Amino acid sequence: MERFTVLTGLVAPLDRANVDTDQIIPKQFLKSIKRTGFGPNLFDAWRYLDEGRPDKPDTDRPLNSDFVLNQPRYRGASILLARENFGCGSSREHAPWALAEYGFRALVAPSYADIFFNNCCKNGLLPVALAEGEVDRLFHEVAAFPGFRLTIDLEKQTVATPDGGEVGRFDIDPFRKYALLNGLDDIGLTLRHADKIRAFEERRRSEQPWLFG
Amino acid sequence: MIARTLYDRLWESHTVHVEEDGTTLLYIDRHLVHEVTSPQAFEGMKLARRKPWRIAANLAVADHNVPTNDRSRGIADPVSRLQVDTLDANCAEYGIVEFRMNDPRQGIVHVIGPEQGATLPGMTVVCGDSHTSTHGAFACLAFGIGTSEVEHVLSTQCLLAKKMKNMLVRLEGPLARGVTAKDAALAVIGRIGIAGGTGCTIEYAGGTVRALTMEGRMTLCNMSIEAGARAGLMAVDEVTIAYLKGRPFAPRGELWDRAVAHWRTLKSDPGAKFDHEVTIDARSIKPQVTWGTSPEMVVTVDERVPDPDREKDAIRRESMERALTYMGLRPNTPMTNIRIDKVFIGSCTNSRIEDLRAAAAIVRGRRLASNVRLAMVVPGSGLVKAQAEHEGLDRIFKDAGFEWREPGCSMCLGMNADRLDPGERCASTSNRNFEGRQGTGGRTHLVSPEMAAAAAIAGHFVDVRQWR
Ligand code: SF4
Repeated sequence: MERFTVLTGLVAPLDRANVDTDQIIPKQFLKSIKRTGFGPNLFDAWRYLDEGRPDKPDTDRPLNSDFVLNQPRYRGASILLARENFGCGSSREHAPWALAEYGFRALVAPSYADIFFNNCCKNGLLPVALAEGEVDRLFHEVAAFPGFRLTIDLEKQTVATPDGGEVGRFDIDPFRKYALLNGLDDIGLTLRHADKIRAFEERRRSEQPWLFG
Repeated sequence: MIARTLYDRLWESHTVHVEEDGTTLLYIDRHLVHEVTSPQAFEGMKLARRKPWRIAANLAVADHNVPTNDRSRGIADPVSRLQVDTLDANCAEYGIVEFRMNDPRQGIVHVIGPEQGATLPGMTVVCGDSHTSTHGAFACLAFGIGTSEVEHVLSTQCLLAKKMKNMLVRLEGPLARGVTAKDAALAVIGRIGIAGGTGCTIEYAGGTVRALTMEGRMTLCNMSIEAGARAGLMAVDEVTIAYLKGRPFAPRGELWDRAVAHWRTLKSDPGAKFDHEVTIDARSIKPQVTWGTSPEMVVTVDERVPDPDREKDAIRRESMERALTYMGLRPNTPMTNIRIDKVFIGSCTNSRIEDLRAAAAIVRGRRLASNVRLAMVVPGSGLVKAQAEHEGLDRIFKDAGFEWREPGCSMCLGMNADRLDPGERCASTSNRNFEGRQGTGGRTHLVSPEMAAAAAIAGHFVDVRQWR
């Protein structure tokens, strides 16, 4: 996994509550057996005027100029500002894959759905939760100031404007933070406990043998 | 000893190791695998030169991409076919049990797990699919995971997780005639909202739950994720045990007796503390119909499409307006005036034998309304299909003009060829009415099997309580 330490980047606003993972990456793109190739189809149904298909190139498709990410001022954004319960619905990890491939490295929203939050962390995409009021203020700032950027510091757990004005602080589990800061792979971390897993499994097998039939 | 909830007990009995901050290594008893969320996990495992930790813990099935009409010609879409072939190849390589497309036991992953007895009380059950919450009806800790976690479970038989909060949803009183577990699920979501259970495991309790069959209980647990909860669960009782007896993966003989003795203990202790409690008078629940693009956008069938002008919160009002535009609906329209184009009876929420029986009872001796272009019944598994045919339900549906299909996810999400065309309106027994869920531009109204069947006959929503 890619490490996450400090990120300073352009902020793009997506002003909708309860954005579900079906919107982030529609089902027809889940047929891929690869981990890559999802960036061009991020928010596909909102971003293009025609219907996207996995076997059709995206380069010539008509863009929906009303969709916020198609506005030139948000080109190159690496922070997505969103509303509550972002990423609800399906467990598809293709959603964070698509967000990351598009260029986002962090999300800022009041809250996230649980599975999506986990999936982001496994992909070095940092989901930052700030209070609703702080997020609301950020939406106003982003609209008011073209080129609005934020700095997210994982070590300090802060969100700030690049001139150092603190916007808010966020929580993150120490274990997750450690894995993200160091770009560690969870499976490798878990396998350090392989003996414990084996011992647990043996005990379980003797106590509830029907689970191992 | 302090009183513990069922969730506390399941959590503690699967804890292998705890980090300082409470991050827990949780042992996983059962891993269900399907074709959409597993290929990248198998690939990752191979690239890291690892192998599945315990092969017998895995059970695989292809369900999302499979065609529901004639399967003798295979899968026409090459992209879908490759995904299914990849699952077949991965399972063959490691010796993982898989029900392939033409196996009579094939079906939707959340239907076949319980049907086979592969889901047993006291287990942790995971799958790369959010509706894994279904299996909680068997007093399992069952939840959906992402593909990285699928690889983690394959490689280590464990998951890293933080304990959730305990939420109790108590349903008391009998459900009225024509009101089902699906209506109860939608009513719960309408009450607590689609993020109401975020960060929680929901335990469903109360007389209403005890009176439900296992099918109904699965429907209720299935939709926990639509209330934001990763897992929903219920205590074991005699209904649970009777359902499991004789299932192929369930224990037999002396082991069965030992297992049952253990299973009977799987319930919350009296006086156990929950972080949140909600009590719902089930007698007041009426048939539900969603009107918008999120499952919490739901009303009862005798109500009208809500009016955003009456919503004070600006963000909510805007979501409502957007939803109404997408759904092509005008505020204050009576729900029973909404005409439909298609009907879908299926999905892991409502495709079990009871659901099909209930829908068939409404349809018997009648014909589809002329404005209904397509009504399809997609059984949850090959075994459900065979049972329904044995009971003659297929004839009832076909005589009425319904299509009787092969099992799979089908138009619940339209990864195969079954989907809505832009603007089409569907009465669906599935679980998600998100924009484009059943096909780009398609409009989904979530209802119970009875309500879907009645809408198919009438051509618009009707109150099944008045159905004769
Ligand atoms: S039936 Fe629908 S919700 Fe259930 S597993 Fe299949 S696609 Fe997912």
